[in-house]
Order: sequence, then structure tokens, then C-alpha cells
Amino acid sequence: MTSSVLRLSSITKRFGPLTANDAISFELAPGEVVALLGENGAGKTTLMNILFGHYVADEGTVEVFGEALPPGDPRAALEAGVGMVHQHFTLADNMTVLENIALGTESPWRLSLDRRRAAARIRALATDFGLEVDPAATISALTVGERQRVEILKALYRDARILILDEPTAVLTPIETEALFSTLRKLVAKGLSIIFISHKLNEVLAISDRVVVLRAGKLSGERRTAGATRQELAALMVGQEVAPPAVPEVARGPVLLKLYGVSTTGRGTRQRLDDVSLALIGGEITGLAGVSGNGQAALADLIAGLEKPASGRIEIASAAIADWSPRAALAAGIARIPEDRHAVGTIGDMSVTENVMAEQYRAPRFSKRGFLDWKAARAFAEEIIRDYDVKCPSPEARIRLLSGGNMQKLILGRALDPDPAVILANQPTRGLDVGAIAYVHGRLLAARARGAAILLISEDLEEIMALSDRILVMSNGRLSTPSARGERSVRDLAELMAGHGLEAA
Amino acid sequence: MMEAFEILFTASFWVAAIRIASPLIFATMGELICERAGVLNLGIEGIMAAGAFAGWFTVYSGGDLWTGVAVAAATGAAFGLLHATLTVPLGLSQHVVGIGVTLLATSITYFTYRLALPTVTSPPKIEPFQPLPIPVLSDIPILGEALFSQTPLTYLAFVTVAVVGWGLYRTPLGLAVRAAGENPAAVEAQGLSVTAIRIGAVMAGSALMAIGGAFLTMSAFNSFFFEMINGRGWICIALVVFGSWRPGKALLGAILFAAFDAYQIRLQQVTGGVVPYQLFLMLPYVLSILALVLVARRATYPKALMVPYQKGER
Amino acid sequence: MRLEPRPAPGMATLVLLPLGAILVTVLAASLLVLAAGASPLSVFGLVLKGAAGTQFALLETLTRATPLIFTGLAIAVAFRAKLWNIGAEAQLYAGAVATVVLGTGALPLPAPILVPLLMIAAVSAGALLLLGPAILKTRFGVDEVVTTLLLNFIMLLFVSMLLEGVLKDPMGLGWPQSQKLIAEARLPRIITGKRLHYGFVVAVFSAIVVWIIMKKTALGYEMRAVGHNPTAARFAGIPVNGVLLKTAILSGGLAALAGFSEVAGLKGNLTLDLSPGFGYSGIVVAMLAMLNPLGVVAAAIFVAGIFVGADAMSRTAGVPSYIANVMVATALLTMVTAIMLTRFKVRWR
Repeated sequence: MTSSVLRLSSITKRFGPLTANDAISFELAPGEVVALLGENGAGKTTLMNILFGHYVADEGTVEVFGEALPPGDPRAALEAGVGMVHQHFTLADNMTVLENIALGTESPWRLSLDRRRAAARIRALATDFGLEVDPAATISALTVGERQRVEILKALYRDARILILDEPTAVLTPIETEALFSTLRKLVAKGLSIIFISHKLNEVLAISDRVVVLRAGKLSGERRTAGATRQELAALMVGQEVAPPAVPEVARGPVLLKLYGVSTTGRGTRQRLDDVSLALIGGEITGLAGVSGNGQAALADLIAGLEKPASGRIEIASAAIADWSPRAALAAGIARIPEDRHAVGTIGDMSVTENVMAEQYRAPRFSKRGFLDWKAARAFAEEIIRDYDVKCPSPEARIRLLSGGNMQKLILGRALDPDPAVILANQPTRGLDVGAIAYVHGRLLAARARGAAILLISEDLEEIMALSDRILVMSNGRLSTPSARGERSVRDLAELMAGHGLEAA
Repeated sequence: MMEAFEILFTASFWVAAIRIASPLIFATMGELICERAGVLNLGIEGIMAAGAFAGWFTVYSGGDLWTGVAVAAATGAAFGLLHATLTVPLGLSQHVVGIGVTLLATSITYFTYRLALPTVTSPPKIEPFQPLPIPVLSDIPILGEALFSQTPLTYLAFVTVAVVGWGLYRTPLGLAVRAAGENPAAVEAQGLSVTAIRIGAVMAGSALMAIGGAFLTMSAFNSFFFEMINGRGWICIALVVFGSWRPGKALLGAILFAAFDAYQIRLQQVTGGVVPYQLFLMLPYVLSILALVLVARRATYPKALMVPYQKGER
Repeated sequence: MRLEPRPAPGMATLVLLPLGAILVTVLAASLLVLAAGASPLSVFGLVLKGAAGTQFALLETLTRATPLIFTGLAIAVAFRAKLWNIGAEAQLYAGAVATVVLGTGALPLPAPILVPLLMIAAVSAGALLLLGPAILKTRFGVDEVVTTLLLNFIMLLFVSMLLEGVLKDPMGLGWPQSQKLIAEARLPRIITGKRLHYGFVVAVFSAIVVWIIMKKTALGYEMRAVGHNPTAARFAGIPVNGVLLKTAILSGGLAALAGFSEVAGLKGNLTLDLSPGFGYSGIVVAMLAMLNPLGVVAAAIFVAGIFVGADAMSRTAGVPSYIANVMVATALLTMVTAIMLTRFKVRWR
């Protein structure tokens, strides 16, 4: 293949001691779909951010259509015909579709923006590629799928010849994913080349011509999709065969937390809960599946004590809860592992000690008459560091400096230390490497074995299916009926995730 | 009681209201531009003082009035550049830097004033902008007189609102400024520099604040004295919130506010010293706080206001 | 350019950067001195001499530092919890008003009872004044920067009203000033015949107490947590709004002690020029001290020295004393830059 549209040559990028990309090279042919496969943290996004000019590589070059791309300049990448659909959309929510698309496409010194021409062009592109969206709509009023279409339109509007999609299916329902794939096929038919970043094997096999696999910042293999097998790609991706965690039978306990017809008001644009009833049983992991943004966050906030029910009630160990707050949730024996380690789970500029004591500093163990016992706090931090195998320079180190996996272990230690009756684990393994994931799973299973009731919220259906004793699906703020382990197939669950067949329970 | 009511129907009252509103309009538009780009500019109070002095001093030293306005604007832009350098690429706290810029601009202004005029007891005067009645329009009773028999600088204030409004909502540049205040990542993903946009917005906004200050020494009064800004800058920050970050609404807010101010001055005379005058003087500040409380619940802030942005960060 | 966090800044960085900040400040001030047609070296010599060259100068500097320690502590405490209290000026006057209302004869008590009582009254007044904006912030989401700033103007007008009305000294020859405090309400001088008073001792003691609160107590821990990351603090069960209100009480109370100490220790009565901007200078003091309560004492003495020294210098060298304000404002900006650079490295590209 001599005529490549894109050539990455031995790209290396370091962040302090971490090498995110280690001498990675690959090429992209015209009309080709290359899947960039790898686990979270394998360096896929970093690599694409270098290509797009958000980051500057320490070593290596990027060539587009035979021309070297100046480093660190998104504008140059755009002008060379590279378009990127970021995993976290880069859209201004309070502005219209047209404004978001037209942003930066005209000389800033023009006295007026030609909205009519822009709108016509957006409509034409939308019809050509099946990306229906109203140019005058405000972004905040759009669904996640529609927002993604806007992101793709942004690239097409600028005549992109190479389209990079970073984990585009993470936020889509299976049906929306199908629509996305059909759009991508149309684009390829027009001669565009596509880089499709994912960690989901079945999608990679469905859409790509060729698969490039990254592992821990290195290129671990490259295969033509036609001849590749799942097992082979999985092995390239994780390095070794990962055995699914063994989930032994344990005795069921009593119902430890119960929600009766709870609805919430939904702050801002958040999906609200709609008449949700749920029972968490001791010795059970209840898995909550669903496409991101369907109310999982609202349910997590509710159980964590951050949000109060607007109607309905919460019962813990058969006692109704009156005043609900994070402190009340902790007092009721609920351990919480938040979705966002950095913004919610930890206080980055405070020390490891100060972070691990955060949920218990008022307890007599750590404070007497308002004065803190720093010696006890430090001992506690050392205990967690030891018991949870945390790698950190000292309990005094700012927690910001720790890796994601070590941060998560500290959060886990903080939450599980008081032997909680109920555990809320919201995306507990997101962005972690294989070892850390296995560790988190092991801890959750150990808690299950001692009789805790666990709610596991995850967007990773495989994780849910591997660990859960019962599975619930959330769509549009409503819960499906539970299904026992193995009762529903992947296809059944996907149907529920898309909102089909949800009983009005 | 009737007297207190009749004030509202005199032309002189509305002329005064528009005059009081003019510096607020300039400075409010300046702050609005900064905040729309995502930068809270608490340097406003000091920048207005610097502009008031720079404009006045230029004319006092023999420059012409419009040169004075230009010098004031340039002074404001310079302090804006200082503010933006510290808050945009370096990402320092916008609160602390803003207060610092206010303290710095004010003290440099006072220092320069004392240096230039070491021994004066009463502030020297200049020949300020004169009212320029617009033929025909200024003959309309009350409204015409109020709006069309003002100084050129007041007309410029209204033109500024129109330009800012058009600029923000109709031009590609304004689109970029608003996007920088809503989601800087969106701006960078479209190949524009968030840093350049924000620095430019803060400089332009600061220039307007300085012109607002210059209005006081070159149009409302004819000399410079210490403490003459007297919290007007802070009031403008409240006006931006009150106007929901929209130029038109902020203009209305400024006029409404100025009308109250003009009214309390007249009411003081009517009540004839029964009520302590300080209570009247407090009204503008109390009103600003009330305005903030009223709109706080439904205010839709620019989402990236006060959030520093680093390239490549999402 | 981009900023990269430094894992652990070296000793050299920690020393050199603040020194650089002071150097830049001095250089900037030198330009102004040159513009005034004087020699920077001799001017700074005069400032130094005026601030610390004689026993009188040194005592004067400490006297001037006293209110700055209080307002500096008030700001340090508030900023630590990211409660942007820019209204220390108003809280100072609130404390002064409380002192004058109760200390001019309304309470005929012996000094050991009256003085603590006046302090409590002053603290309550200042705390109440900041509680208003704090409640508006926690309940209605009103930005406290603007409300506390505006309250400065309201408070000054209120004091003016009192001084021309109910608190006016009938023997004051028409000047807007209050009556003198009774003798039992006054803070004694530390050295007889000199202006330095026990307010300074109270200020240093307050700094130690605040240091203990910040380092050793649950409240201090809560304040830091709320300041660094309110979302995470709330998640962990820290009552964020309650902590902010407690912070407001502490901060407002400390600022009010500045007013108490100026009236009871130095001036003896209340006038409209009681504070030449101590509330605003307190922000500079707190930032120079990197919000450390013990550092506040040193920073307050440094800032006071600049003001006292510049006053003395301007009388002899003819450079306007506003040079002190310029230096203090520049120091604020250079110091926050230096602090940032101790935590982040600037990388070009």
C-alpha cells in the first residue's frame, strides 16, 4: 500500500514518568477504516490528540497526504483535512447547532456570519450522510446521539478527508450505533478514511478493515479484520488471557436497602428518576446496565445521599429514612465509590491521609472535642496503603500525584474500611488497567461473600454480566424488571437498554 | 408626596438619568465582553480610575478630547493585558488578580496624579465634552430631550451597546468569544486559540471600562479627584449579572439603575433633610445587591466563567 | 505554552521564586521612582530607615501592622475555604461601631470585664455582617465578591450617618466623630508614651489561635476541604454550606477585631478615616503569607513597613507616598504568580 493518506512515524509521548505512547507507527489508506483497539489507558486517545494537535509529541512525526503536519496546532490538522469526534463532545451547550458547526470556519473579522448559507450546507450534508439534525436547535436540547451527529457534521463541514472517532459508541444505544455505522459506510464510499477508536471487540470486528492494537502505550499488533478472531485480538489487547472472575455461590441475606417508587426532580439537564423501585439484598451483586445518561447518575446520587427523593421513599434495613444527606448515607452504612475519582472521589490538593479520613474524621477514632488526632489519621492511611496495596510515596503526598488505579484503591479502602452493609460502586473500574480491574472486582466479591449488598453500575455490559447475581437495565430514568444471572441474553439486554419492552412497573 | 412623583415627568430628571447611566453603560459592556469570553474582570474599579485620569490628564496637558478618550482606552487595554496575561495563560485566580489589578491601577493613578500635580489644593479643571443636541429629535418632549441633547460620549455609549450586541451575536468573532466562555474545548477543537480570544476580549473590555471612567472626568464632570469611581465598577459587575450577560438587557439595567440614582438625588431635595442623606446614597448599592438576589436563581452564567483553560485539556 | 504540575518543588524553587517576586516588585517601583526624578537606591534606603531604622520607626511599623494582622487573618481564613470575602473593610467598621456604642459609657464596668465584652461585641458585629453575604451565597447562589464589595460602601455611609447623628460627639466642634471611649474600655500601651498597644499582642495571639484551628481542628480540616474541592467535600459528608457559614463568622469576627483594636488601642474614638483601606491591604497580606496564619504576622509587618517607610520617605524625598500602594499591589500580583510557579512548571510547547 503505497498511497497512504496518513502516516504516523514512531510517535513517543511522555507525561512525567509515564510513557503514554512508545514509538508508535502506522498508516491509513484512502477509503480505509482502521480500528485503534486497546484498553482504557493504553494510549489511544493520547495518540489521536497528538495527531490532531492538542498535544505535542516528544518524538516522531505525523504526515497527512504526504505533507508533514506542524505539531501542536489543531488548525493545521483541520486544514489538512483531519476531523476529530472527541469522546467528550466539544460542543457549547447554550449555542445552536449551526453556531457550533460554523465556529472558526469563517474569518473572524467578517462583519456578519452568513447563517443562511451555513444552514443550507449543513442540511445538504445531513441528508447525504444520514445525519439528520436541525441547524437552529440548541445543543442542550439534543439527545446524545444527535450531539454526536453534530460532531461529525463539524468535521464534514470543513471537508475532512480523515475522520477520527474516539470511543463513539460509548454513549449510544445499540440502535444508534447501527445508524452510526451506516453513516460511516457512506463516508467511506465517498473516499474518506476513518480511524475508529474502541475497546469493544465486536464493534471493531463489525466496522473496520484493519485493526491496530495498542497495549500500555506500545503497538502490540496489527491484523486485517477479515482474518482476525476475537480471542486473538483480546490477547493482543490485554497481553494475557484474562479469566473472568470466579463468582462463588454465597448465602443470600436480608434486604438491606429498598427504594419504593422514588422519583427525583433532576438537576439541570440531568435525566431524572421516574418511579424507581429497587431492593438490594445481602450477599448479592446487583448490576445496573444502561447507556450513559439514562439516569444511572441520578440513581447513584440518590443512594450516595447527594440527592433527595422528590417522591417515594428510601428504606435501609427496614427503617424508613427521614433526612437524607451524604452524612446520613454514611451513617446508614452505605459505602460509595463515585464515578469520577478526580472531581468527586478525592480532593486532589490534599494529602492521602486527609483524603482517606474524609468520611470518618468526626468519629471518636480521629477527633476529640473538635481536635483532630493526626497520628491516628496517619496510621489509618498507612493501614489502607498496606492493606489495599497502594503505591504512593508517603501518606503526606498530594493525592493528585497518584495514578488512577492507586487513587481508586484508596477510595475503595476508605469506603470498605467500616465493613459497610451496602456498597454503591459506580463505574468502579473505568479507566483502570487489567490488574487494577481484577483487584477491584476481587474486593467487591469479598464484600459480597461477607454479606454486603452491592449495586454495581457500569456501562461495560461484559463486566455487569460477569459479576452480577441480578441485572437491571435503566433507560430514560426507569428500571427494567430484574433478571437472574444468565437469564437474559446480550441481545435482550441491548433491547432493554434502547428502551424497548420496559414494563411500566 | 405629589412632588416626589412629579419628578418622573421632568425632562431634566431623564437627562440626568441618561448622563448617570453613560459611564455605567461603557463599563458594563466592557465587563460583559470579558465575562462572555469566560474571564471575570474585577480590575474594573481600578481600570475605570485609570481611564478617568488618563483621559482627563491628556486633555489637561493640551490634548484634544477625542485623543483623551483614545489614551484612556489604551490605558485600559494595557491593564487588561496585564490581567489577561495572569489569568488566561497562567490561569491564576481571577478573583485575586482582579483585586490586584484594581489596587495597582488605582495606586498608579494616584501616584501619577500626585507626581504631576504635587501641590494643587482644588482639582484643576478642563473644558469637557459639551451637549450636542441632535436637531429635530431633541425637540421631542422629555424622551427626545433626555436621549438627544447629550454629549457625544453618551451617544458613543449607545453606539457601543449596538456594536457589542451585533458583534457578539452576528459576527464570527463574537461567536468565538461566546464559545470561549461556554466551552473553550469547543473553540480549540475548531482550530481557534482560546488564549488569544480571551486575552483580546479582556483587553477590549478593559478599554471600554476605561472609557467609562473617562466619561466621568471628561463629560459628567471636568476634573479628576480621588475616590471618584466610588464603587461604580462593582455596580457594573452586578449589572452584568442583572442583564443576564445580554447587552440589551444590561443597557436597560444601567438606565433603570441610573434613573433610581437620579431620582434619589432629587428625592433628597424634596424630603429636605428629614431623612439622613446617607440613606439615599446607600440606595444604589443596596439596589445592586437586591438585583443580584432577584436574578441569582435563574441566572444562566457563561458556563466556563472563571474556569481557566489549558490547551489539550478536556 | 502549557503548565505541568511539579510533584514536589525543591527548596531552591520555594526560596528563589518569592525572592524573584520581591525583586520584580522593587524593580517596578524603581521605575516609578525614576519617573519622579529621584534615585531608587536612596529612596528605598529612606523607606527602610523610615520603617525600621529607629525604635520609633519600628514601633510605628508594628502599630500599623496590628490591624493588618487582623484583616490578613480574616482574608486568609475566608480564602482558604474559597469564601471570597472582599468586605473586611466593612467588617472592620462594624467592629469599631460596636466598640464605640458600648464603650463610651453605656456599660460602666471595670476594664477586665469591659474589654473582653467589647471584643465579643465587635466580633459579633463583624460576623453578622459577613453572615449576610454568606447566606445569600449558600441559599440563593449570589456571588459574595460583589455583595461584600458593595457592603463596604454601604457600611461607610452607615458610619457617616451615625457620626453625623446618634454617635456624634457633642464636643466635637461639628466634626463627624464619636465620643472618646471611657478609660476602662481602652487597651493599654505596651510601652508607656509610645503608640504601640496591646492590640498587637491580641493580634499575634489571634494568629496562633487561627493557626491551631486550621492545623489541628476538624473545622480547619473542613474549611480546607471545602476550599479545595466543594464537590468532593460534599460527597464525603462534609456539610459544605455549614462550613462556609462558620468560616464567615470566623472571618468577619477577625476583621472586626481590627476595628476594635484601632479604636480601643490607638484612636480612642471612631472617625470616617479610621481605616485607610486596611480591609483591602488585608488581601495582600493574606496572599503574601500564602494564607498561612503565622505568615500573616510577618507579611503584615512587611506591608506595614512599606507604608510607614514610604510615608517618612515622601516627606523628605518628594516621591508621592502612593508608591507604597503601588508596591503592595505589585507584590500581590508577583507573589500569586510565584506561588503558582512553585506548583507548576511552564513548558513552552
